[in-house]
Amino acid sequence: MELVLAITIGALFAAAAYLLLRRSIVKLVLGIALLSQAVNLVILTAPGLRVGASPFVPGDSTALAPGAADPLPQALILTAIVISFGVLAFSLALFQRADKSVGSDDLDDLKNTDA
Amino acid sequence: MDPLTLSLLVPPVSGVACLLAWNSPAWRKFCGVAGMAALLASALWLMADVSANGIRVLAVGNWPAPFGIVMVADLTAAIMVLVTAITGLAVAVYSLAEIDEGREKHGYFAFLHFMLFGVCGAFLTGDIFNMFVWFEVMLISSFVLMALGGERPQLEGAVKYVVLNLISSAFFLAACGILYAKLGTLNLADLAVRARELADPALLTVTASLFLVAFGLKAGIFPLYFWLPASYHTPPVAVSAVFAGLLTKVGVYALIRVFTLVFDQDIGFTHSLLLVLAGLTMVTGVLGAVVQYDFRRLLSFHIISQIGYMILGLALFTPLALAGAVFYIFHHIIVKANLFLISGVAHKLGGTFDLKKLGGLYRSAPLVAILFFIPAMSLGGIPPLSGFFAKFAVVKASLAGDSVHGTAAAFLAAVALAVGLLTLFSMTKIWAEAFWKKAPSDSPPPRRMAAREAALLLGPIAGLAAITLAIGFAPEFFFSFAERAAGQLLDPREYIRAVTGEAP
Repeated sequence: MELVLAITIGALFAAAAYLLLRRSIVKLVLGIALLSQAVNLVILTAPGLRVGASPFVPGDSTALAPGAADPLPQALILTAIVISFGVLAFSLALFQRADKSVGSDDLDDLKNTDA
Repeated sequence: MDPLTLSLLVPPVSGVACLLAWNSPAWRKFCGVAGMAALLASALWLMADVSANGIRVLAVGNWPAPFGIVMVADLTAAIMVLVTAITGLAVAVYSLAEIDEGREKHGYFAFLHFMLFGVCGAFLTGDIFNMFVWFEVMLISSFVLMALGGERPQLEGAVKYVVLNLISSAFFLAACGILYAKLGTLNLADLAVRARELADPALLTVTASLFLVAFGLKAGIFPLYFWLPASYHTPPVAVSAVFAGLLTKVGVYALIRVFTLVFDQDIGFTHSLLLVLAGLTMVTGVLGAVVQYDFRRLLSFHIISQIGYMILGLALFTPLALAGAVFYIFHHIIVKANLFLISGVAHKLGGTFDLKKLGGLYRSAPLVAILFFIPAMSLGGIPPLSGFFAKFAVVKASLAGDSVHGTAAAFLAAVALAVGLLTLFSMTKIWAEAFWKKAPSDSPPPRRMAAREAALLLGPIAGLAAITLAIGFAPEFFFSFAERAAGQLLDPREYIRAVTGEAP
């Protein structure tokens, strides 16, 4: 299972990098969205996947029993999803305004402020 | 109520107060400035408390570390919060005269406070994932401040700023996930303990590189700084100033925090990499500045070259070098924010940011010229101003030869001095072009400022210049704090004991 997810993560990162490097502003947004999904999968996969295990801590202990599922990555991902959703919504609005104001969705036309 | 909680409560409360006063400009402005004054008072209290009683820890929700989130104020964090509050107050007062009605109406002061909320949180947190959340709080507010007003250059700058910062956040988040996978905790003190117990630090070094990319993008180190000079000169001057002073330094602080507390197992690799990057950041930044003729773009490139000095202090990893880095950050935030504020005054008087079209300001506004001269010469490292002592500490540490880098560090001292010379050169360029030379014949006659406007614009500038002078004339007092802060950074046992309650 880890292998499948690892390949998926790699493919997502590659697709995100490809989209971010395109000149279209719409593809830029899609690239950002894919990037955050790829990162969420990294957090889910990196600490190890356990199928069918419960995330409980035994009553007399302060640590997860060996072999138990770890609930923390999911809490982290939940936070990350909420944040990336908000940020993505903001960037959509910003890119729409920029597109309107510049009159082009080509990122090469946004170079007027570059040093 | 303790000072740590108060420092985290004041910015959001003032921000919300600014939002609640949605139909009264006078109240919004009052809340905007009074909130900053309250933050400064609380930051001073925090500084005094941490200096006298040692590291202060707040376990949020009373969950003990490492299970809950902790907020930790050590001396470095307290110093950073203090300088944040100083900059915030100066910028808020300046904004009263500089920010137009439309921007102010659409929540300028509220977002300024929310951004400082994120900045203070990032300085005070003791949890790596929580630091990510604070970064996002800071970023989303800074996105709004960057784009607020919706002028075309602003939107163009904001696109680059937003995209690059989101990529940096993605790196940061992925690095958090991998670090958790390796060490099984997110609490910084706990991470430090477990990283030291690790038999094979190789994978940790890889994670360290991910953090280096994430924080390096935010700090603007070589070769990740290209978004900075493309965006920092586009928003109103008050926004530029607070960004230029504070935001990149949050990245530097995060680098200092993780590379002293968690990633110090393989300093032969990680800190050598930092040393090389520091040198390249200094050189490329200052070379970019030398060719610029736009007031704010020139200053933006100087942010980059100055970041190099701070990273150099971290890379050397000796007590003197780290003290130099902390001292450098404190001095730099004040000087850099001040220079940006002055560029706004020059723009108001001369009608442009283009140095070639400016001129004659020394004759028409001698007070502004003197107020520019102080931070400019401080940035160039002229004694007895603050920049001299900051550079002196870092260069002396490079020459001392007691770092892990040996003679390579001495080479960096030469680079630092050469960059200092070029910094002075480009500061004298501004001086000669904007202040000293005669105004070009086709330029409009210099505008005069009303008394109220002049007081609101020049008051904060004079205040920041006074701090620069105070650091310059009493460097030992300020440096003693930096030295103690560096001591805490280099020996994290006190930090770990304060958070976990156990001696490591």
